[in-house]
Amino acid sequence: MNYRMIIRLLGTILRIVAVLMLPALLISVFQGESRAVYGFAITLGVIAVLSVLCLFAKPKRNTMYAREGYAVVGVAWILLSILGALPFYFSGAIPSFIDCLFETASGFTTTGASILTDVEAMPMGLLFWRSFTHWLGGMGVLVFMLAITPMAAGSGESLHIMRAESPGPQVSKLVPRTLKTAQILYTIYIGMTVLQIILMLLGGMPVFDSVITAFGTAGTGGFGIKADSMAGYSPYLQWVVAIFMALFGVNFAVYYLLLIKEVKKALFNEELRFYLGLMLLSATVIFLNIMPMFPGNAGDAIRHAFFQISSIMTTTGFATTDFNAWPEASRAILVMLMLVGASAGSTGGGIKCARILILLKSLRLQIRKMLHPNVVHLVRMDGETVEPETVNNALAFLVAYCAIAIGSILIVSFDGFSFETNLTSVFACLNNIGPGLGLVGPMGSYAGLSNLSKLVLTLDMLIGRLEIFPILILCVPSVWKRARA
Amino acid sequence: MKIVVIGDGKVGYTLTEALSKEGHDILVIDNQKDVLERSEELLDVMVLNGNGASVDVQRQADVGASDLMIAVTSADELNLICCMVARKLGCRHTIARIRNPEYAQHLSLLREELGLSMTVNPESSAAWEIFRLLQYPSFLKRDAFAKGRVEIVEIPVAQDGRFDGLQLTDLYKTVKIRVLVCAVERGDEVFIPDGSFVLRGGDKIYVTAPTQDLVALIKSTSLDQVKIRSVMIVGGSRISVYLADMLLEAGIKVKLIDNDIEKCTELCQRLPRASVIHADGASISELNQAGITETDAVVTLTNIDEENLLISMYANHMHVPKVVTKVNRTEYNEIFRDKGIDCVVSPKLITCTDILRYVRAMQNRQGAGVITLHRMVDSKVEALEFRAAASTWYLGVPLMSIPLKKNLLIACITRNGKVLIPRGSDCITAGDSVVVVTTSDRSFRDLNDIFDEAPHFDAQV
Repeated sequence: MNYRMIIRLLGTILRIVAVLMLPALLISVFQGESRAVYGFAITLGVIAVLSVLCLFAKPKRNTMYAREGYAVVGVAWILLSILGALPFYFSGAIPSFIDCLFETASGFTTTGASILTDVEAMPMGLLFWRSFTHWLGGMGVLVFMLAITPMAAGSGESLHIMRAESPGPQVSKLVPRTLKTAQILYTIYIGMTVLQIILMLLGGMPVFDSVITAFGTAGTGGFGIKADSMAGYSPYLQWVVAIFMALFGVNFAVYYLLLIKEVKKALFNEELRFYLGLMLLSATVIFLNIMPMFPGNAGDAIRHAFFQISSIMTTTGFATTDFNAWPEASRAILVMLMLVGASAGSTGGGIKCARILILLKSLRLQIRKMLHPNVVHLVRMDGETVEPETVNNALAFLVAYCAIAIGSILIVSFDGFSFETNLTSVFACLNNIGPGLGLVGPMGSYAGLSNLSKLVLTLDMLIGRLEIFPILILCVPSVWKRARA
Repeated sequence: MKIVVIGDGKVGYTLTEALSKEGHDILVIDNQKDVLERSEELLDVMVLNGNGASVDVQRQADVGASDLMIAVTSADELNLICCMVARKLGCRHTIARIRNPEYAQHLSLLREELGLSMTVNPESSAAWEIFRLLQYPSFLKRDAFAKGRVEIVEIPVAQDGRFDGLQLTDLYKTVKIRVLVCAVERGDEVFIPDGSFVLRGGDKIYVTAPTQDLVALIKSTSLDQVKIRSVMIVGGSRISVYLADMLLEAGIKVKLIDNDIEKCTELCQRLPRASVIHADGASISELNQAGITETDAVVTLTNIDEENLLISMYANHMHVPKVVTKVNRTEYNEIFRDKGIDCVVSPKLITCTDILRYVRAMQNRQGAGVITLHRMVDSKVEALEFRAAASTWYLGVPLMSIPLKKNLLIACITRNGKVLIPRGSDCITAGDSVVVVTTSDRSFRDLNDIFDEAPHFDAQV
């Protein structure tokens, strides 16, 4: 393990985070929120001290392998959650540190689960920071680092970092250089965010609201600044948000292919078709199911159905209505979609459509193999063979995923809430959605849970965002031992 | 630049690594997944699995929009097809590795039709380099510049020899000819020395000298001067054939050893004037029987590095005057050198340098581009030859008043065929060929890159 290299990279990340905190600080200064300014100032001081300490690590070798890549991503995200929580804590806006940690992890991992009971009372600077973490966490803080700081030229180490942070079973580059790949991803990301802000401003949304909402949508996070999430906005704004949530749940490689005018290749993408197909199908079923609730107003029913599906499937977690009060079948569909999640290579969470597709295909093959023991067959995606290793990795992912979910549900159960609450709170955190059902439904909050449950759920959010392995690997002792020849 | 490399073997990988370090965007195509994975993980490049000669794969790799396509798969024919396809798709520059002597000889005939910008033949380049080393066995390495008028040669500094403890400013007094030490290798370190540098025993120095003065240089340095009259080549590879041809042409006796009887028969047919011996080159008794003690030089060219090293060590042990070793795995070079194996040739590095020179010249169409490029000391140092153009800065300004970048030396200036080992009072004029020695991490593309800053207006006047 190349510790010094990891520490040096962490130092770079700290400096980047410090710079990224400045807009929120400025907003607090202009709004005259003295407590928030104080909170940010202390945090920046802490970051400055830490990053100076990191400068003392002078790596002997610049080489990084897969395990350093995983480790640096895992440690960086835990560190980010802790440091990002400091402004909330020092400003006194959220008194309990565990709550601050939960809120920040929920931000960076684009979960959007909140322990706040009165959002509208928070200082604007802190609200901005809370939503900005969504935007950063969506595409990835380390990918952002890769986009702006050239790593040692001509080495593949940056690929390991990108693989560890980007979601999906098969992460590959768009162009030969990791630096340029990261830049392209962020350019598309920024472009779409700006477009959404403009469309919402045209719909008459206040500037601050639209920026915050766009951050929540782009990162597929779901923090709002209104107690009723999106319910208070006009149908036009709800449609804009619903469509953009769906767009941010698509693999960004598709947008790149569209940009370089490879339309056929982009639309041939099997995952994209699965993702959109599943979304439209579920929206239709829910629409039919909730029709009776909106007598004579099919338009509202369609909008609510599509908005909630888009919000849950992309793991955003905005709401236009209290879907907790919906019929049982619709709620079941929503819980199912929580697990599926968005596309690989998007900003969304969940198991990912690509993985579900691979698992389903491999299941079909296994069944065929039972019927015809000698059959030779391979899993294919987009006309190309999926390596058996990738399939195995998806299976291992699923096993680890189930184990973590079951363990977390057990721990949360000790708080004594209903099974529905326990199950969906874990699903909502592990899949980075935010609201679940029952007590933690769209109009509720996580404030009532015990500290232990909050910690477990915080960890679940990190595990879910980084797709299990970067965090799981940190728990393996041999990773931290010196390599023996 | 966008470059597509087809074939991720020894040469392909070395090339990809070097080109990627120079800042190019590389896509590597190979039909084997495992080698591609290694490249993807260790280098910042993109990989594509498939047959590089197929139009579909090349379209997917967007070869048509790339600046350069390099085909270095193991099969010549495949490389040629790759180039033809790439040319058809619109790629303007194509380089192919052609190593079968039967094709290589008459390539100039077909170059246009096949759409080739350049062909490389690692084996024949390696043979040529070995041949040049055998011409002047006192040097461990020889690199030619300015159409062969100037050379940079590597000389070991003997313990307690004439150079041990010598300060470079006093060099002229000792050797009595105008030469310049442009790089010094000491242990793991490399220095681009200035006048105050003091040599030590065990150093390897790289000396720039006019080719005509090489004999005088050998005499003045009191190195053992042997004239090679007979050479023993162990291993009957392609390089052996090229090398034997050159040696026989120069009237040097050649003894070829191979342990494969069919190979021996084939060699015998191709090289009627050489004596071919069927023996196991790795067996001491058979080497002795073949006469290793009587020969002036041993060149080990088997396909197995370990065997080459063992035979070379034995030859050193038997005090053969000159031993040249071919090594494919260059990463171990530093370790071999401690064991006395200091004259090493690696075909893949030679090819790689040739292509690097082509790529740098491609990037510089107007200015003073790279004419020759050689890399020394495990590719840590490079010597570049530029042709000064009218656009070159500081023309006519004495060298001592030009702001040059650090760790850099102007080793030689050739003007109208006359070689000049430069002093501070000399200057560069348009049309000069200028040899610059520097560390390899900079990848200069134009002569102007060597200056620390652009000239002020008054400096130009």
